[in-house]
This record gives sequence, C-alpha cells and structure tokens, in this order.
Amino acid sequence: MKQIEKALRRPITGIFISIFMGLIVGAVVLAIAGYNPVAAYGAMLRGVFSKPKYMVQVLIRCTPLILTGLSISFAFKTGMFNIGAEGQAIIGMVTAVVVGYCVPLPPGIHFIVVAVASMTAAALWGAAVGLLKSRFGIHEVISGIMLNWIALYLNNYMIGMAWLKKPQTEASYEVLESSWIVMLQNWKTSTAGREWLLDGSHPILSDVLIKTDLNYGIFIAIAAAAVIWFILNRTTKGYEMRAVGAGSEAARFAGIRVDRNIVQSLAIAGALAGLAGAIVITGAMPHRITTLTAQPGYGFDGISVALMANTSPLGVIASALLFSGLQYGGSAIQAELGAPSEIINIVIGTIIFFIAMSGAFKMLADYLEKRRGRTDVQ
Amino acid sequence: MFSNILLAVTITFMYAAPLILTALGGVVCERSGVVNIGLEGMMVIGAFAGACVGYYSANPWAGFLAAGLAGGTLAVLHAVASVTFKANQTVSGVALNFIGPGLSLFLCRMFFDGATMSKPVPRQMPKLALGGVFSIDVTFIIAILFTALTWFILYKTKWGLRLRAVGEHPAAADTLGVNVYAVRYAAIILSGMLAGFGGASQSLAVVSLFTPTVISGQGFIAMAAVIFGKWTPHGAFLACIIFAFAQAMVVMLGGGASSISPQLLSMLPYLLTILVLVLFVGKAVAPKANGVPYEKGAR
Repeated sequence: MKQIEKALRRPITGIFISIFMGLIVGAVVLAIAGYNPVAAYGAMLRGVFSKPKYMVQVLIRCTPLILTGLSISFAFKTGMFNIGAEGQAIIGMVTAVVVGYCVPLPPGIHFIVVAVASMTAAALWGAAVGLLKSRFGIHEVISGIMLNWIALYLNNYMIGMAWLKKPQTEASYEVLESSWIVMLQNWKTSTAGREWLLDGSHPILSDVLIKTDLNYGIFIAIAAAAVIWFILNRTTKGYEMRAVGAGSEAARFAGIRVDRNIVQSLAIAGALAGLAGAIVITGAMPHRITTLTAQPGYGFDGISVALMANTSPLGVIASALLFSGLQYGGSAIQAELGAPSEIINIVIGTIIFFIAMSGAFKMLADYLEKRRGRTDVQ
Repeated sequence: MFSNILLAVTITFMYAAPLILTALGGVVCERSGVVNIGLEGMMVIGAFAGACVGYYSANPWAGFLAAGLAGGTLAVLHAVASVTFKANQTVSGVALNFIGPGLSLFLCRMFFDGATMSKPVPRQMPKLALGGVFSIDVTFIIAILFTALTWFILYKTKWGLRLRAVGEHPAAADTLGVNVYAVRYAAIILSGMLAGFGGASQSLAVVSLFTPTVISGQGFIAMAAVIFGKWTPHGAFLACIIFAFAQAMVVMLGGGASSISPQLLSMLPYLLTILVLVLFVGKAVAPKANGVPYEKGAR
C-alpha cells in the first residue's frame, strides 16, 4: 500500500498513467465509431517500428519539436508563457533560407553561419516580446500571438521577393547544399556510395540513408537540451531566471533585475525556436520555405511537448519523441483502416488533459494514506 | 466614398461577431479566476456543431444553439480538471485545443463521408439588409446583446458580484458562503457556450461551412482581446471591434490596384493591436486569483 502511495506521488507515474488514459480514451472513441482499436493501434505501432526508415522519420520530425519544446519550457521556468515560439521558428526558417541561399560558404561553416543567423534573428524576435512586457507591461501572450502572425506574413512577403522566389512555385529557392546537415550527403549521392548502398548487402543502411533525410539535427537538439539544463540548474543566471519565475517581487527584493531577466529569457527562448527553424530548413527536404496559409505548428506543438515533459529540459527529448511517434504512426491508422487520423489529436489532447490533472493522483495518494492511517489506529 | 465606409463597417461587424462572443466567454471565465486558453478549441467544436446541425436541419438557428451546447460540453472537461482536480489551467486549456479540433475533424469525417469539410449549409444566419452594401449580421446583434447582458450580470447582479469576488479572493468569498466551485463551474461552462456561439458565427455567418481552417487563431485573438480589454466585457468588445476594423481595412485596401503588398497589409491588424497597447492601454492587471486553483482551507 505504501509503495502505491509513493508511486502515485511521483510525477513520472502521473505521466505514464496519462499516456495510458490517452490511449484508452482513443480506443473508446475508435470503438464507438466502429473501428477495431486493437487493429488501429497495431497499425500505429507498425507505422513507427516496422521499418528503420519510419523510426528515422520520427527522429527527423521530433528534432524541431525538442527545440521548440525547450524554448517553451525555458520560458515557463522564468515565469513566462512563450506562445510566440511559433513565430520565432518561422523567423528562424526565413533567415535560414536567406543565408543558406544567398551566402555561399564552405560546407560545415555554412551551417554554423546559418544557425547563428537564425538564432540571432529569432532571439531578437523573442526579445521584442520581452521588451514589450518589461517596458510597456504588455502580456507576453498577446504580443506573442500578434508576432506569430506578423512572422507568418513576413514569410509570405519574403517569398514574394523576385530574388528569392523560385519561378512557377509558391516557394523560395532551396538553400545551397553546402548548408545541409543531412548525414553523409556527399557520400550517399556519389557513385561509390550509391553502389555500396544498393548492392543489397546493407538493407537497413540503404533504407535509412537513401529514403530519408537522416541528419545531425537530433544531436544538436539533444546538446541544446543539456545546455539549457546546465544554464537553469548550474549557473547564477539560471538561478536568477528561476527566481524571477518563482516570484518576481521576491526576486526584485533580492536585488535581481527582473526586467532584464525577462528580456534575456525570451531572447534565449527565441534563439532555441530559431535553431529549430534552421534545422527544419537545412536538415530535410524540401530545404525551402513555402507560402503559409496557416501556422506551421512547430511552436504550438512545442507547447504540448513542454507540458508533457512537465517543463523539464531533459524530459522534453522523451516527450518530443512520443509526440512525433504518435503523430507519424497516427497517419498509418488512416492508411490501413480508413479511420480518421485525427484520433491521434484526441489521444494527445487526452494525455495532456490527464497530465494537467496529475494533482488528482496526489489526491488519491492522500486519500489512501488517510484511510491507511485510520486502520492503523484501529 | 460613402458606400466604401458603409462596406468597411459591414465587414468590420461581420468579422467582429465571432471574436466578441468568444472574448466574452474569456472574460466570464477569467473573472471567476480560471484561465481559459482553450477558447480556440471550444470555438472549433462550436463551428463544427453549427455547420453540421445547420446542414442536416437546414435551420441555422438550430445550428447556432447546437454550437453553444457543444462548446459548453467541451468546457465541462476544463471545469472538471481545473476546479475539481485543481489542475494547471493552462495545461488543461492546451489539452482542449487538441481535443476540440481533433473531435471536430473526427466527427466531420464520420458525418460527411470522410471529408474534413462539411457541406455548405443551405441557409446562413440572416443578415439585416440596410440598403446598398450596408448590412448587419444578426450574429453581430447577438454579440451586442450578449455584451450588454454580460456587463449587466457582472456589475449589476448579485451573481456577478460573487463571480468577481471568486476571481479576486476565493477564500474571502468562501467564508461569506459563496460556493466557489459552483460559481467557477458555471463560469467555465458559460464561457464554453459563448465560445461555441462564436465558432458558429464564423461557420454559419462569415462563411457557410466547416473546414479545418475555418477557425485559425480567432480563439487566441479573442484571448488577447480579453487582456486588451482589461478583463471587462465592454473593453473586450471594443478590442474586437478595433481588430476587426483593421481586418476590414486589409480587405478594402487589398482589393483593386493597391500599391501596398498584400502580405505587408495583412500584418496591419496585428501591428495595430501592439501599437494601441503600447500607446493607449498600458499595463493590464489580471483578476487576482486568475489561474490559481482554489483549495478549501489552504492558506
């Protein structure tokens, strides 16, 4: 009994129960709609795990989400809701395309320049939200949402530029190959590489390298998570920022400059989202920006990723994997069973819903403890 | 020139109606001390229920009512989480933004042969034609009525006073015999109904069908309008009008031989919102207990 109470108090238990409940609710909805939930989830698992290339696709999709999830987690720790990560990621993508297409540089260096440029531009975009908050008292949620749309139209405006727009498309030119971070790009497109990969003796490698854009982005994202963890937990700056997040009045009283920390925190959050944008462009096809009619969703999905991870920087890696695994596998449900793939959004929503209610698990533990206490006395 | 002004007013009112109704929902909810970031999801399910019932019953009013019902039902989830289980309200709101659209698209595929779009409704919500290009959507009149009603309830009735007290200092309200949980439940469900109406004003009046992008961010704009309007019904109303007017300007200036890039022009409503906030509105103070779950007996 005591073990159960203890387990219920652990945050990780709440997350696992929530995932379980999400899948149960999804199964019930599927069953009501007349689909076999076992078959549906089977299709989903096969859609992720049956081929190495599927798993790699999940990795590719989860990379930007780790970074936007980190962006939002980081801002949460400093007491701010960075709903503007969406726009910051768009700014990162636009900058990456401009620098990646217009500035020819040697491979390797080119990506670094692209990444730094994207991060700087997006950091400024994020800092603008911080300035509006600290200088004019404008709620970061309002300015974040407004800047998301301004970023979207800026993206479309840039594509309208004659020097960037690829004729006969609603998109920009692709960035130069020197800025790509696709793994073994030169080797796998060379004659020797193709021969080696296609001679049939390396099925997994050929599947993964030829059919996907497996790239180095995932390592960058994991490194970024480690850096953010370090900043928050092992540096004075991180301590100041967390103090501001815990209570800005108390932090001010302790001599911490709250205004400056707000701007810096949102600049870092912006840089993370901007890096996500740079990796989206340099990491995988189509290596360009297209005219947007709706928000691409990197930032909004990042909110869910951050919440599923309970805003822990390292937890974000796992939750981004889960999130993109569910979404990528979810498309297989539609392909195999014809069941609407939107079921996955219901599952994800339910998971987040139960994570929000994880206090209920603690309440249950309290109740169990109370009941045990009473029987102990008797 | 004069007819242009009338057209601008017509468009402003048309775009404003969904925003106003939803923003009112936000005001009611947040004044009771519950953050509602799920307005977008509630709008989407309202837009779907409105279009779906409007299509099958051929009666837009039935659709409109169904939308309120759908939004209110979805809001129950938010209430259970954030009041009964003292959940983090932001998180629970984000969950609704997944569940609302997810459920809507799922049901849409069930009711409309696998399509993510509904069929157009045979009859839209009526418009009052006032001569020439000038007309007023009945949804806008409903929005005005609800604004007045919300203002009256919040500031002139006992229940409104209780609701505001619960949002500012729930413990004090509790000691005076106000049932904090009941008030918050009522406020959240009411806000879901209003957001549902807002969604239906989009899918039954601005356009005449449900599509996956029929609501694309209006819920968040409405949320911004709540803060912009300093958590008052009349303030939120005004904020929505300003925003919708800027959208109408985009439509008006974008047509014909305009020299301004339509993309830059489209930024206008968003830039204007920030500018107005910087110049005129200043710091907004949220209800004191906003976002804090109430726990009986906690200090």
